[in-house]
Amino acid sequence: MLIEFFYCLRKHGLSTSITELLDLLAALERGVIFANVDDFYTLARLVLVKDESLYDKFDQAFAEYFTGVEQVDLAASIPPEWLEQALQRQLSDEDKAKLQALGGLDELLKTFRERLAEQQKHHAGGNKWIGTGGTSPFGAYGYNPEGIRVGQDRSNARRAVKVWDQREFKDLDGGQQLTQRHLQLALRKLRKFARSGAATELDLNNTIRATSQKGGLLDLQWQAERHNAIKVLILFDVGGSMDDYIYECEQLFSAARSEFKHLEFYYFHNCVYEHVWQHNSRRFTEKTPTKELINKYGRDYKLIFVGDATMGPYEIAYPGGSVEHWNEEPGSVWMQRLLGQYQHAVWLNPQPQQHWHYYASIDMMNELMGHRMFPLTLDGLTTAMSRLLQKG
Amino acid sequence: MSFTSTSNYIVADDLGLAVNAAVTLEKPLLLKGEPGTGKTRLAEELAASLGVPLIRWQIKSTTKAQQGLYEYDAVSRLRDSQLGSDKVHDIANYIKPGKLWQAFSATTRPVLLIDEIDKADIEFPNDLLHELDQMEFHVYETGEQIRAQQRPIVIITSNNEKELPDAFLRRCFFHYIKFPDADTLAKIVQVHFPDIRQQLLSTALEVFFDLRQVPNLKKKPSTSELIDWLKLLLAEQIQPADLQQNTGLMPLFGALLKNEQDVQLVEKLAFMARRQR
Repeated sequence: MLIEFFYCLRKHGLSTSITELLDLLAALERGVIFANVDDFYTLARLVLVKDESLYDKFDQAFAEYFTGVEQVDLAASIPPEWLEQALQRQLSDEDKAKLQALGGLDELLKTFRERLAEQQKHHAGGNKWIGTGGTSPFGAYGYNPEGIRVGQDRSNARRAVKVWDQREFKDLDGGQQLTQRHLQLALRKLRKFARSGAATELDLNNTIRATSQKGGLLDLQWQAERHNAIKVLILFDVGGSMDDYIYECEQLFSAARSEFKHLEFYYFHNCVYEHVWQHNSRRFTEKTPTKELINKYGRDYKLIFVGDATMGPYEIAYPGGSVEHWNEEPGSVWMQRLLGQYQHAVWLNPQPQQHWHYYASIDMMNELMGHRMFPLTLDGLTTAMSRLLQKG
Repeated sequence: MSFTSTSNYIVADDLGLAVNAAVTLEKPLLLKGEPGTGKTRLAEELAASLGVPLIRWQIKSTTKAQQGLYEYDAVSRLRDSQLGSDKVHDIANYIKPGKLWQAFSATTRPVLLIDEIDKADIEFPNDLLHELDQMEFHVYETGEQIRAQQRPIVIITSNNEKELPDAFLRRCFFHYIKFPDADTLAKIVQVHFPDIRQQLLSTALEVFFDLRQVPNLKKKPSTSELIDWLKLLLAEQIQPADLQQNTGLMPLFGALLKNEQDVQLVEKLAFMARRQR
């Protein structure tokens, strides 16, 4: 019971365990809820999801499970001719002509699959890629389409939707497990312990000394515990060429959050100018002046830039060089300000190091950073972290 | 049994279900939510509605898991031995039961509130895994095994300052208390101030939700701040008309805005709004 649901959740990236599934079954058995999908939703979320930031994933999985189950079964039992017919009905005349040109449904499906694998970015318009508003026979729902919707018979109960949810191009994620662990290990190098906070630990040496000084009458001495004292400020390049890496990097650094005392994220685009922002969705309304950043976070913060530094050289060197707005002062001035405040700073670059010299902007940035730019690989990271502990 | 809204506490449906499930299945219930959404109040009201004692363990940054079980006061034993007291021969004299011990040995099934668990050291939840799962622990000094008479109802609150370990989360039920919507909030206010004038209430709620919309506030005002503010409005006999006029900050803003940057921000926005007109 609910085994499929369980796997659906895991497929959506929720690390639900068997114990939790058994808890849910126990709750159902004890009659905590009775035959009500809304209550079941609340109960399942209560038992299976342990972080509010994962609620969204849970919602997706839940929706998929409860709308998807019977459709998948139906689709398997429906003859291909029926599918073909249904597909014909979905397509416009132009598409039908193209379908003929492409050599029938089998060919079409094959091409579709190939393009799905080939295409990596969201696409709108145009006439080849799968996307919205284009003339391509595929999609209309973007690069993660629910697929070619086939079926949609008059009655809603008899639906067959071919779900293209395997998302083959998501295979990137396969390597993530490995790198995540590596990153955590590398970041662990950053840990620096200092004694701070309330004195709660018995200081044995001083206790012995103080007690002997009092002629054997016990005199306890205490000291503060050792805590991780590293504070980190991370600036992420977002937009354009960096989008593929952002989510991954963010995940990696949040996973390592427990390694640091403070960890703060901000975003910029290509090069740092007078503003950075904290929420990508509200980047144009809620900006933080870079000056404020410098005032807010003290000199003891360690600064990490993550970005590919791949841009036009004028974006760094000239006023007004930004691709998004008119900047009064060139990016290099802002970089220097930041670097003046934070003496411990590195730049992590996801571009392969052997490509660096093809881009003038990478050289310029590396120069600005005082050659503290490192590739985002295990080795690069390890070097970067030990470099981060040294000044200037 | 089922836990529903009482005459002085409003429970949203999903929260009620969460509490009932946790009580029925004898699992700890972990509550998260913005500060001031009534996490701690829930435990108090639950204990009151069941008519059982509430045992409250307030966690601080220096709290250790062991303190919840028991403490062995070695220092006073050593001192007693230096002073030649007779008590010193029985080690049990120096074992002081902690909150968990009290909860385990209670005669009626109590509510145990572990408040603000995220304040403690990062290893704290891990140290309590077995105790919360099996509801028993061992006292090394006396060789006693303390086992719960009946499993207490455990409510744990967190303000999300630290992430809790997975192994710990797996043993809990988790519920995130959403900020109440306008209707629920009006109900909550009715419970606290039954005779508040309808017009004042709706105007105040309007101002309040507008304020929550302001981006970049360091600390968004929450339910408990709203209730404090209404209390002041009533005490000062502010008229609804005074709330509506946009001459800078709302009256008695100190109850809603808790730091000066926020006050400045709202002042600036009000100023800009005035200039536009």
